[in-house]
Amino acid sequence: MNGSSKILILGGIALAAFGMLYGLHYALFVEHQTLERMGNALADAFVRVAQGRVADAQASIDAYGLTRYNYVRQVDVHSHWIGLAMLLIVLGVVFERVGFSESVRRWLALALLTGSVVFPLGVILQTATHSGVLTSALAVGGSALVTFSLAAVALGFTRHGGNRA
Amino acid sequence: MATVTTFREASSTFAPMSARRLLIFGGIALIIAGMLFGDIFAVFVLHQNGGRTGETLLAAAHAASAQNTAGVRDAFASIASLLEDRGTKVDAHVHMTDAGYLALLLALVQPYVALPSQRKKRLAQLFVAGGVLLPLGIFLIHYVGLSWSPFPVIGWASVLADSAGALLIIALLGQAWGVWKWLHGERSEPMEAEEKSHSWAGRVLLSGGTVLVLLGFVHGAWYAAFNLYKHEAQETGILHSLVETSIVHSSTGMAEAVNQYGGLAAARAVSIAAHSHIIEFGLLAMLLSFVQPYVFLSESWKRRWVVVMLAGSFILPLFVWLELKLGLVAGGIADIGGLMVIVALAGMLVGVLRYTGRADSRWLQAQP
Repeated sequence: MNGSSKILILGGIALAAFGMLYGLHYALFVEHQTLERMGNALADAFVRVAQGRVADAQASIDAYGLTRYNYVRQVDVHSHWIGLAMLLIVLGVVFERVGFSESVRRWLALALLTGSVVFPLGVILQTATHSGVLTSALAVGGSALVTFSLAAVALGFTRHGGNRA
Repeated sequence: MATVTTFREASSTFAPMSARRLLIFGGIALIIAGMLFGDIFAVFVLHQNGGRTGETLLAAAHAASAQNTAGVRDAFASIASLLEDRGTKVDAHVHMTDAGYLALLLALVQPYVALPSQRKKRLAQLFVAGGVLLPLGIFLIHYVGLSWSPFPVIGWASVLADSAGALLIIALLGQAWGVWKWLHGERSEPMEAEEKSHSWAGRVLLSGGTVLVLLGFVHGAWYAAFNLYKHEAQETGILHSLVETSIVHSSTGMAEAVNQYGGLAAARAVSIAAHSHIIEFGLLAMLLSFVQPYVFLSESWKRRWVVVMLAGSFILPLFVWLELKLGLVAGGIADIGGLMVIVALAGMLVGVLRYTGRADSRWLQAQP
């Protein structure tokens, strides 16, 4: 196993384990409470309407929107970390078939791993800053890093096929 | 001839009842079961559930308009139940197929896990057990609820699901420990010959899978950039409008707002489903490229299953995405795409079963 494959396989396993631990923590301590809060906020909005408290009703809808904003990102982070980790491990097993030099492959492996960590991290940090520039930049930069690296890997696979031919 | 050569190379890594065999069987079986469950859910539950949720939201708005607080609370209790019903079924489907992918993945890295074979087998058993129990626990959450639970918001089914999640984590950490030892030069048993699939089927699955994953990434980036925030703003906007129309007792306004809400939920759901399915199928295709040496079928049948698999993997997400434009016809075509993937997987599983039968009979013949 060469260096680039080690980066991807070890990084992928660590990221998958971290993503699962995050998911377990989230399911145990956060998810049920968040769902409860989200449901209550929406129900409260209509109860306030029935009670004629219009301003409170609108505030409850806003609270629902905020909780849902956080919930979507918290769930997305869990699935994206684990999904990307699986992709890293699969690519790690087959990375020798990417038709570039080992140093280029190592850079690609580092870019894939960095992007896979940073992209969901940027997404989860958005729940703290609510669309802050830095967190959005992290998410966009991380996803771009993964996408362009994967495109390069796909190109590398075709080069390997060409070399073999 | 090529099949015989591959067979000889691969059989050394596929001993009877080995961790790798358990993970490949368990993985493909979990994926097939998860996809079948997903197809059944899409046909019999998804649309009906969405329709009932919309009706109940409208009933809540009417109750609010009539200043009927108890009616509002009843309607939202029903909505919560409907959402939990839908959410737990989606989660059961996702977790079962994802556990299958992870099992196939772990099968791949077995040569690099420097642990005694008995311990590797035990870890594989733990993983497959966790992969079965986790979605089962999630599925039961809606039906078991908080019955006999000592916790305020966590029921016994959640406890089962969380415990199964812990099993998966333990198995994964064990595998990581084995890889760590391998990297530090430990070899607990003779290094197995690493089989490589350079066959047509393996190459097409690998490159086709990479392209599918890439397409999914591009679609996800496009959705996040142009639709995610827009949809979130639209949702709260529609809910504000529903509240306002119920204050002025406008039945037409309420119905219009609920219709918009349903449309938005559908638009969101198809985009997310298309994104996740195309990436997962891409990953599955890449994983299956490594399993090809263990598929003991003629070359023409192997190619057939590969083509069916990739075609289904493209058809399902594409037509899920087109469902809003083309309606139920697209939904039907998407279901056929899912069925194509299931059939191709079952075909490959049959090939693996034939392979193991042959390997085992040779192994038995070789015994003194």
